[in-house]
Amino acid sequence: MATSTADSIDRVADPWERQRYEPSHRAPLVLGDHDFTSVTDVVTGITLRPTPPLWYVAFSISLAMLSLLVVTTAYLFLTGVGVWGNNNTVGWGFPIINFVFWVGIGHAGTLISAILFLLRQNWRTGINRFAEAMTIFAVCCAAIFPGIHVGRIWLVLWLAPYPTELAMWPNARSPLFWDVFAVGTYATVSLLFWYMGMVPDLATLRDRAKSRVAQMLYGFFALGWNGSSRHWLRFEKAYLLLAALATPLVLSVHSVVSFDFATSQIPGWHTTIFPPYFVAGAVFGGFAMVLALAIPSRQWFGLHDLITPRHIDNMAKVMLATGLIVAYAYSVEFFTAWYSQHHYEQFVFMNRPLGPYWWAFWIMVTCNVAAPQLLWLPAVRRRIWFVFAIAVLVNVGMWFERFVIVVTSLHRDFLPSSWTLFAPTWVDLTMLVGSFGLFFTLFLLFCRFLPMVAMAEVKTVMPQAHGIEPPIRFDYQPGPDTPKELRRGHWFT
Amino acid sequence: MVDYDSPEQATDEPTGQAAAARPYAWVAEFTSVADVMRAAERVRDANYSVWDVHSPLPIHGINRCMGLRPTILPWITLSHGLVGAGLGLLMVWWINATTAPGWLPNVQGYQFLASGKPLFSLPANIPVIFEMTILFAAIGTLLGLLGLNKLPMLSNPLHQSRLMRRATADRFLVVIDAEDPQFDRVGTAEFLKTLGPTALELVVEDS
Repeated sequence: MATSTADSIDRVADPWERQRYEPSHRAPLVLGDHDFTSVTDVVTGITLRPTPPLWYVAFSISLAMLSLLVVTTAYLFLTGVGVWGNNNTVGWGFPIINFVFWVGIGHAGTLISAILFLLRQNWRTGINRFAEAMTIFAVCCAAIFPGIHVGRIWLVLWLAPYPTELAMWPNARSPLFWDVFAVGTYATVSLLFWYMGMVPDLATLRDRAKSRVAQMLYGFFALGWNGSSRHWLRFEKAYLLLAALATPLVLSVHSVVSFDFATSQIPGWHTTIFPPYFVAGAVFGGFAMVLALAIPSRQWFGLHDLITPRHIDNMAKVMLATGLIVAYAYSVEFFTAWYSQHHYEQFVFMNRPLGPYWWAFWIMVTCNVAAPQLLWLPAVRRRIWFVFAIAVLVNVGMWFERFVIVVTSLHRDFLPSSWTLFAPTWVDLTMLVGSFGLFFTLFLLFCRFLPMVAMAEVKTVMPQAHGIEPPIRFDYQPGPDTPKELRRGHWFT
Repeated sequence: MVDYDSPEQATDEPTGQAAAARPYAWVAEFTSVADVMRAAERVRDANYSVWDVHSPLPIHGINRCMGLRPTILPWITLSHGLVGAGLGLLMVWWINATTAPGWLPNVQGYQFLASGKPLFSLPANIPVIFEMTILFAAIGTLLGLLGLNKLPMLSNPLHQSRLMRRATADRFLVVIDAEDPQFDRVGTAEFLKTLGPTALELVVEDS
């Protein structure tokens, strides 16, 4: 009876609270008295129960926003890119800002599904499925903008290298061509990673569904998965391989996007810090979007036991860490401009906080640098709606970051006679709103019809998967009494 | 299909149409990871060869309990990645650095001279080659996984099994296939009963 620590911990009922007293007793990743059956019930229930009325309300709003995008895109095609606010000086306006914003959002999903997997961060299992879904939908939104930015949409095929009657090929040394490959590969790999990971859960839905149509559809996409251990062995190997492929891929995508800027001669763009700065910013903004989706979703779909305060806390910490990298990058840009003694570089960086777009710069600093500092406080991280508010602010801030990079670097160029201001038109604004409509429409469809949480993966982090029967008061960790074959760390065998 | 809710009845002869059907597999159900791993070791030690463990989650260590060899999937990924890298390199070199003569006129390269830079240099072409490597390796991994697992297989007698429906949710199954040289309609059931399953089921071939 000497375990005084354990005794005092026992008096604390909340597992989350307990973690603060004894850090080795980390809160379980699945709260409540769940077993494999009840976890399956919770997740499949979301799709197999009748549609909640609130879903229809949210879906109609998203669909209305999406229709704005459809209508304005049609108007754009019929009229030409002159309907945008882009002008001769600011040739890259909203379309590129929105493109970079949405591609960046996607990065958190791949970070969670691939990088955190390689680092064996088991808490990722609760959130990785819808973070990956978010990635794919964000890339869909992103891909629209360069596509419609070409103006003559019927010539969009020229982006791809294919033999034409012109006997011309794209310039393979141009970052815009790299972009086509980076974003195309990223979309393809994210989609097949997401789908492959979902196959076992689709099989669960197939076996749980009552209606014949649902059985047929889930059955078709489950490909006949039956949980064979031989299949699982290869599946886990494939998962590991795809994670290892997706990790350098995700770092390359936003690096390549940043090359669009960094390889040009424009002061404010032409800098070597851009690739790491863009990647950190992408992860920062992406985690903000994951949190902004996870917090309401866990509330509305009753996922409190699977997306626990520990998950929110960890994501908030990642957001804080990447936010600090971004803040560092902002300050280094100013330092470099000063240290370079380069007249135009210095002008651009003074023009950002003090020029006509000072408000955009300060919105960016407030949302991206100041607001996340609140996350240092555990009391803030534990109040999930506080975290939600900060996440929304970070999303706003990250959009303005791209606005600052694109517009303030361009609007006062080398020739003062061509200085101008950029103002978005109503088409620019409705397209931005419409892209959110597309994003939320796809996300709501996903929540309704696909397994929102990776059931099979969540089950592997439950104590039952390691031969330990509940009740267990803290996160399962293999100990000396764990049978050898049940210890973790056999991922690579 | 013949169901046996309690293992004690397992060796009762099936009746009716099912009695005439050819057996496909015996399915034994277990409720925990530890139970099915112990059972798998026994089946392995009894020298069964065409058998499997079905589970709703990947069981770490089951490969040793079952005596499974590592998969060749990483080699499929590697070879696809190399092909992707080679094709990527070939493509960027061909489209910008060559002027092949007029056979297939649309396919011949187009030499952009940008700022006097070389027509072909590796650094400027790495991004495309890298993305092609990843793209091919990832697609190869998925196709390799499906190929090795013989998926999609939408029709399988096991899908008719009552016990199988929970193997994707919360139950663990040992399945001994009728293809196994040691399979015996009565003897295999007697053997499976000694493993302490919570249910046994004889799955028969689709008629």
